Amino acid sequence: MGATASGRRWSGINKAPNPIGIAIGCIVVAAFFAFPYALMLISSLKSREDIARIPPDYLPEQPRWDNYLTVWASNVAPGGALLATTVISVGATLLVLLIATPAAYYIARFRFPGRLSFLFLVLITQMLQPTVLAVGLYQQFRDWRGQLVWVALILINGTFNLSFAIWIMQAFFASIPKEVDEAALIDGAGRLQTMFRISLPLVWPGIVTAIVFVFVNTWNEYAAAFVLVQDPALQPLTVAMPRFLGLYIRDWQYLFTTAMVAVVPVIVLFSFIERRLIGGLTAGAVK
Amino acid sequence: MAPPQRRGRWQETLAALPWLAPTLVLIAGVVAYPTILMAWTATRKYNSYGVERGSAGLDNFIGPAGALTFPTVPIPRILLNTVVWVTVVVFITLVLSLLLAQFLNKPFRGRKLLRLIIILPWASSVVMTTTVFNYGLQPDVGLFNRLLVDTGILDAAYGFTKNPTSAFWVAVFVAIYVSLPFTTYTILAGLQSVPDDILEAAHVDGANTVQRYWRIVFPLLRPSMAVAALINIINVFNSLPILKILNETPGYNTGHTTTTLIFEYKAQLGPGVASALSLVNFAFCLVVIAVYLAVVQPTREV
Repeated sequence: MGATASGRRWSGINKAPNPIGIAIGCIVVAAFFAFPYALMLISSLKSREDIARIPPDYLPEQPRWDNYLTVWASNVAPGGALLATTVISVGATLLVLLIATPAAYYIARFRFPGRLSFLFLVLITQMLQPTVLAVGLYQQFRDWRGQLVWVALILINGTFNLSFAIWIMQAFFASIPKEVDEAALIDGAGRLQTMFRISLPLVWPGIVTAIVFVFVNTWNEYAAAFVLVQDPALQPLTVAMPRFLGLYIRDWQYLFTTAMVAVVPVIVLFSFIERRLIGGLTAGAVK
Repeated sequence: MAPPQRRGRWQETLAALPWLAPTLVLIAGVVAYPTILMAWTATRKYNSYGVERGSAGLDNFIGPAGALTFPTVPIPRILLNTVVWVTVVVFITLVLSLLLAQFLNKPFRGRKLLRLIIILPWASSVVMTTTVFNYGLQPDVGLFNRLLVDTGILDAAYGFTKNPTSAFWVAVFVAIYVSLPFTTYTILAGLQSVPDDILEAAHVDGANTVQRYWRIVFPLLRPSMAVAALINIINVFNSLPILKILNETPGYNTGHTTTTLIFEYKAQLGPGVASALSLVNFAFCLVVIAVYLAVVQPTREV
């Protein structure tokens, strides 16, 4: 924000904010929100002896960056879990795109009987969560063995994240003037073609927001994966983490290297869509 | 182009169907069907192998070994925990978020960076964040424990996660921690929609900062507070990993909420009782959703 703009905005009402107070506030807030992740990073760089020391040292004797290489060959071998999480997240994201886009386009463009009921249904789904249905989901999908359990998790995560995608994309579709579509229709394009060729390129910020949100949410999902995936070879990251903490060997350092690998990419993704999240999560009730 | 013929209402809905059908099929298959399955399971009797043995009436809810009456489970305490869990976490989250949003609404250098730091617990998996706290609070290798001893706050390291009651309160802290980003963002969005000219006018009329906040800004924040409160109530109520990871005491204990108790029942008592408790939780969620739809009216403008 430019100095002149902020100066003008505050001149009438307030004294300019006290710079020392602001600085202290910034440090306190930043420290509060960063400290667990700082501890995660520090702990991921300790050696096994270092992290098992009692009482513990604050910093590693020598940062062990090679933990990030050796973790994949450790007895937990989190590579499989990373693969599971990636497959499920990509699958759920594609499913949502495929299904939410036409729905969002249609409810943004047309008024029809049943439209409001549809919106209510979507909202209710958004507020319900896999946790409260976990026992039912377990009974429904417990026979989906092998990699099929990933398909089950793709369906579950896709469904519970559909609503966010529909809300955010319909808001973007609705902001495109109808005339743009009509021009394409007059030129002989079908509805589906119009959506793909004309509208979609114009709503890409909404689509990116939806993609990132669904991906990150699925990446972090716990309850459904916890009840459905018993086979350690198929478990996604969130469920596989406790395996680092065995009865005799507690490899906290590897647990945290894996956690860093699980957390850093989604933080970066999330930071791109941060400004547009609230509109989709509150169904436009707060903009 | 000739205007399209006026179609009947029924046909309009029919025309929408191909576009909406995939969504409807998924919701029917992954939300409605498991709900019905749970309702059916909750009224069935199961033997110890999980084989169904006929109708159970309401036994799974309030029978001699029902979800709400099981002898060795401290049910009243768990119900109280659940109420405390939801109210304390949501209330403190809202208060802290009001302060944070107020701070972030000031114009200063580095505000964007600070916003990005605040989303850390939101973007990160709750499992990973909670695991850091669990590690830090270990009585032997935990760095938070060491810090508490070094600063003189504690005389000796304490096993916060080894005792259900202290684990519960640590979990309350972590639940607030991970709820803050969404709530702060929601309230910040509300703050940014408060028109400057109203504040300017109040200033000219002689209202001081405190009066401007409580008479103008705060009332205008009510809609975003309502949204944040209701969405948080449902999220916090359904939170599983925080308590599951931090409360290391196995079995039925005084550190549970009804949500974590479901998973304990599922492991120990089988599908009937677990479904019964899930349905009770489901009913609560429906009430919150109904209040949300009535109070917030999200479909008003679309």
